[in-house]
Amino acid sequence: MVTAIQDVDVRADVKMQARDVSIYYGTKKAIDDVSIDIPGAFVTAFIGPSGCGKSTFLRSLNRMNDTIASARMEGQILLDGEDIYQSGMDVVALRARVGMVFQKPNPFPKTIYENVAYGPRIHGFAETKAELDTVVERSLQRAGLWDEVKDRLTEPGTALSGGQQQRLCIARAIAVDPEVILMDEPCSALDPIATAKIEELIADLAKRYAIVIVTHSMQQAARVSQRTAFFHLGRMVEYGPTSEIFTNPREARTQDYITGRYG
Amino acid sequence: MSLSLLFLLALGFGLAGWLAGRARAWSFQTEGSARLRARPQYHAWYVAAWIVLPLAAFIAVWGWAQPQLVMQAVLADPAASQLPAFGFQREAILSEARAVASGAAPAVFNPAAQPLVEPFRAALGRYEWIGFVAAILIAFAGGAHAFLRLKPDFAARTKVETLVMRILLLASLVAILTTFGILASLLFETIRFFGMVSPLGFLTGFQWGPDPMVAPDAIRSDRYGAVPLFWGTIYIGAIIAMIVAIPLGLMSAIYLTQYAPPRWRTWIKPALEVLAGVPTVVYGYFAALTVAPAIRDLAVSAGISNASSESALAAGLVMGIMIIPFVSSMADDSIAAVPSAMRDGSYALGATRSETIRRVLIPAALPGIVAGIMLAVSRAIGETMIVVMAAGAAANLTANPLEAMTTVTFQIVALLTGEGSFDHPATLAAFALGFVLFLVTLALNFIALRVVKRFREAYE
Repeated sequence: MVTAIQDVDVRADVKMQARDVSIYYGTKKAIDDVSIDIPGAFVTAFIGPSGCGKSTFLRSLNRMNDTIASARMEGQILLDGEDIYQSGMDVVALRARVGMVFQKPNPFPKTIYENVAYGPRIHGFAETKAELDTVVERSLQRAGLWDEVKDRLTEPGTALSGGQQQRLCIARAIAVDPEVILMDEPCSALDPIATAKIEELIADLAKRYAIVIVTHSMQQAARVSQRTAFFHLGRMVEYGPTSEIFTNPREARTQDYITGRYG
Repeated sequence: MSLSLLFLLALGFGLAGWLAGRARAWSFQTEGSARLRARPQYHAWYVAAWIVLPLAAFIAVWGWAQPQLVMQAVLADPAASQLPAFGFQREAILSEARAVASGAAPAVFNPAAQPLVEPFRAALGRYEWIGFVAAILIAFAGGAHAFLRLKPDFAARTKVETLVMRILLLASLVAILTTFGILASLLFETIRFFGMVSPLGFLTGFQWGPDPMVAPDAIRSDRYGAVPLFWGTIYIGAIIAMIVAIPLGLMSAIYLTQYAPPRWRTWIKPALEVLAGVPTVVYGYFAALTVAPAIRDLAVSAGISNASSESALAAGLVMGIMIIPFVSSMADDSIAAVPSAMRDGSYALGATRSETIRRVLIPAALPGIVAGIMLAVSRAIGETMIVVMAAGAAANLTANPLEAMTTVTFQIVALLTGEGSFDHPATLAAFALGFVLFLVTLALNFIALRVVKRFREAYE
C-alpha cells in the first residue's frame, strides 16, 4: 500500500530497507505490510499513538523480537542489501552492526568502565588494556559523558542519574562501533534537561551513524529527525521529510494526529 | 472430662452471644433511626468474642489450677496423714485413689489408697461445681458487658478487626517464642555440660570418645574434643555435598530459566522440587545400600584394599543430590528476577546467550545464588538421617573421603540414645553439640536472608 521510496528525497544512500514486513504476536498482527527505506546519514523518527507497532517494528530491525517466543515475522529486512532474516544470518554480528538503546536506561550492575567495555570485550575488539581504555574513553566522549565520569569510572553504572545512565547506555552501544543505532523512546524516562542533552547528542551522533528513533513526542521528532514515519494501527500511514510531515501532511490521519486530535 | 464440658459450654455460650448480638444489631436497623456503623455480623462477633475469650482464658487457668486445688483439699484430709512422706509410693497411692474417684478405674488395688478415695471424690465434685459456676458467671459477665455496649453507632468492626490482628500476631509469636524456648533449653543443658568439661577443650580438642559408663566425676575431659565432628560435618555437608550440589543446581537453574522450552520447564521444575520432598530416611537407604557399596567396590577395584563400607563420600554425594533443589530453586528465582532489560541490553550489544548468562545474568543474580547456597549448607550440616545411615560412627580427622567419618548430628543421636544417664557429661555433650550446630545454622540463615534482602532492594 505504502510505497515509500519515491516519496523520499534520496540524498543519502539507503542503509536499511523493509519490504512488506508483517509481524505477529501469536495470532495478533502487530505490524501490517510495512515497507520503508532508512537512509544512512539521517535521523529517522517513528511516531504514532501508543500500541501502533512502532516499537515492534524498530525491534525487528536488529532482530530483538527473536527474544520474544510468540513473535513471528514475514517479509524482508535488508541491511546494505543483505536480508537479515535469511537463514545462516549471524544475529550476533548483526546486533553489533545495528545497536540499540532502550526506553528505560538499563546499565549492567557493573562499573561504568565495565559497562562500556562489555561490548568490545565480547567481540574481541581490543587486544590490550590500553586499547580497551581508548575505546572506553572515545565512546564516553562521543556520548558526552566523559567529563562527568572520567574520575569515577570504577563506580557502579547504576549510581549515575537517569540521564547519565541513558548516555552510558548510548556509550555502551557506540563502543562496538555500530552502523545503525536504534533508539526506543530513549527520553521517555528522563526529565527535560536530561532529554535536551540526549537530543543534542543524537544530532551529534547522526554525523557518524544512521539513527532510528521511536518517540511519542512529536516535538522531539520535529526537533531531532530529518525523516519521519507515522504509524497507526500497525500500518505505516505516511513517510517523508520531517518538515513536510509536520507542515503539509498528505494523509488526513497524519494531520489529525499531529494536530492532537487523537493519540 | 470436666474440661471438655467447659469447652462445649464456651462454644454454646459463644453461639448464643453471637445470635443475641446479631439480633440486637438487627433491631437497631429496623428501628430505622440511624445507620449502623458496622454490619450486624461485626456486632455478633464482638459479643461472641467477649464471651469465648475470657472463658478460654479461664479454662486454661482452671485446667492448671483445679488438679492442684483438689490435691490440696485431699492432703488436708485426716486420711492423708497415713501416706508415706515421699517418693514413688506416695505418688502411686494418690494417683490410684484419684483414678478410682473419677471413675477411670473400678476399684483400688492397693488397700492404702482406699481411705483416700472418698476425699478425692468429694474434692473433685466440689471443684467441678465451682468450675462450672465460675465459667457461667464469666460468660454472662463478658456477654453482658459486650451486649450493653452495642449501639447503632458502636464501632464494632474496628474492635473485631483489631482482635483479628491480635490473634494473628499471637500465632506468629508462637513460632518465634518456640525458637527462643529451644535456645533456652539447649543453653541450660550446655551450661551444665561446660561445668564439667572445659569449653576450650570441647571446641579445640582433637580426640572424641565420650565414656558414658565412667562415673561423672571421673570422666576424662580430653575425650570430649569435638574438632573431628566439626570437621566431619563440614567435610560431608559443606564440601563434598556442595561440590555436587552447586554445579548441578546452578546448571539446572540456568537451563530452566534460559534454555528450557516452557513445556519442558513445567515438567522439570516440579520434578526437581519433588527431590526436596523425599523423606531423608529414604535418601539414607539409598546412600547406605546403593551408593556406599558401589563406592567401596570402586575403591577396591582401584586397588584400595581396606576401603570402608561406610564413607564420607557416600553420605556427601547423596546429601549433595538431596540439596540440589535448594540451590537450584533459589538460583532459578534470582536469575528470573534479573530485569529482562538487562538481558535485552546484552543481546542488543551482540552478546550470545551464554555470554549474557555468564557476564550479566549470573553476576546480577549472584547475591541470590549465594544466599541459596548458604541456606543449602545450613540444611546439609543439620541433616541427620543420611549421615546416621551412611557416614559411620568413627571420629576420624582425615581428608580421605573414602574413610568413615562422623558428624555432629550423628553423635547427638548416638549420645542421646546411648547408655549414659541423663546428667552424665556424655549425654549432656549432645546438647552442647546441638547448641553449636544451632548457632552455626542460625548465623548462616541470618546472613543469607540479609543478602537476599539487599539484593531485592537493588532492583526495586
